[in-house]
Amino acid sequence: MSHHIVEVKHLRHVYPDGTDALRDVSFRITHGESVAIIGANGAGKSTLLLHLNGYLIPSAGEIRIGDFPLNRETLPEIRRTVGMVFQDPDDQLFMPTVREDVSFGPLNLGLPGEEVERRVADALRRVDAAHLQDKAPYHLSGGEKKRVAIATVLSMSPDILVMDEPTNGLDPYARRQLIGLLREFRHTKIFTSHDLDMVMELCERVIILHRGEVMADGPAAEIFQDEELLAACHLEKPLSMQGCPRCGTYGGGRP
Amino acid sequence: MLSIDGALLDFKRLDNLANSDSPIHRLDPRAKVLTTLVFIVAVVSFGRYELSALLPFFVFPAAVIGIADLPAGYIARKVALLCPFALMVAIFNPLFDRAVMLRLGPVGISGGWISCASILLRASLTVGAAIILLAVTGFPAICRALERLGMPPAFAVQLLFLYRYIFVLTEEGGRAARARELRSCGRKGLGMRVYGALLGSLLIRTWQRAERIHMAMLARGFTGAFHTRHTFRFGTRETVFLFGWSALFIFLRFQNLPQLLGTLLTGIVS
Repeated sequence: MSHHIVEVKHLRHVYPDGTDALRDVSFRITHGESVAIIGANGAGKSTLLLHLNGYLIPSAGEIRIGDFPLNRETLPEIRRTVGMVFQDPDDQLFMPTVREDVSFGPLNLGLPGEEVERRVADALRRVDAAHLQDKAPYHLSGGEKKRVAIATVLSMSPDILVMDEPTNGLDPYARRQLIGLLREFRHTKIFTSHDLDMVMELCERVIILHRGEVMADGPAAEIFQDEELLAACHLEKPLSMQGCPRCGTYGGGRP
Repeated sequence: MLSIDGALLDFKRLDNLANSDSPIHRLDPRAKVLTTLVFIVAVVSFGRYELSALLPFFVFPAAVIGIADLPAGYIARKVALLCPFALMVAIFNPLFDRAVMLRLGPVGISGGWISCASILLRASLTVGAAIILLAVTGFPAICRALERLGMPPAFAVQLLFLYRYIFVLTEEGGRAARARELRSCGRKGLGMRVYGALLGSLLIRTWQRAERIHMAMLARGFTGAFHTRHTFRFGTRETVFLFGWSALFIFLRFQNLPQLLGTLLTGIVS
């Protein structure tokens, strides 16, 4: 199935104020892959994500989602294909109740009533939030907000899930729950995150961005061993791969 | 200090009340909005010296509070919170309007005092009705009802967003104010000047958030029209509710019930 492919070729983006956020970024993500885009603050991660569903227009280069190049005609279809979960759930949940928020996407797709209802129930069940459907978004806890935010995207049945800092601001339990949830999804997944331990658990492939350029692209286990590379990009090994500061022994990835 | 967060928490209680269930809650929001509107128009259309004719109007809030099982004390406190504003409007009447209009034994009551009391009474009736409407309908449902009644959709969407983000905005504002207070160590800080900067940064942050929300909407296929799925049903119960209450309000508007009862009683006695 070629329509789950994300291909970025020589992408460059210059903001109106002259900031060169992306210089020359190229990669290809194929069907079913789970990829983390990591990098220091200001490396260009968010700018890159905003290109993937056409919110920002490249200054140069090309993006292909599935069989289509990203342009004005293909934009509606691409926005359905690429489900984008934003970093702050308060930005994503703008409707008065959870149910209305989850049905926002399907209604915009022009689906009939029963289909919308079925999708809403289905999406909420998948993130274990069916009991929250009549609540207002500002009555939810951080973890609940995040799960509902994911449901708002799932209800559009996207092929590709793009998530900006999914574990940001969650307590350990909610984080663990979210990781378990994400692992079950069969979509092509693209994350950005500073939570490298989450990356270790969920992604087999890592792309490192540094000052708007791709510094490395390869298997997660390999990249996280390369201390020189990580240091050059202002990153560190995931905690689970660092030596234990209390007992002095070295861990080797996940237990 | 009366904290913003505290006031906000109270807001949420109003929201929770709107989610409970009662014969009144189940009515179509349009019926409730229109009935409240007729009520408010009837109350404010009285002459400035009217007092006794206003009293029977308390039957509406009382009935709704009773049927919908609302916490009366909580509603009363909410109304009391807004009373100082009405008092500000009314307080000068007794000073300027000193013509005696009513004599209770040796005490002469001036027109100013009567109109002052009338303003307070009307304020508590109308504010009370609005708060009760909010507690039995919920803000989003009121917006949808107004839209169905002919308000332009753009306004409805604006109102909905206002209600959704007022919580986020007050939280952000509260945090900024607290940060300022903690670092000014009980002194004046930098005085008024700092509030300008604070408001400015709040405005910019709001702008940025609006941009991100728009982004999230576009990402989910927003094309400019808001689709919501709500079944509105204006049935017999709604009709009875709307016309029953409206008829009563109109009757009470043109017939002074306490006076009527008074003359009736004195007529029987004599």
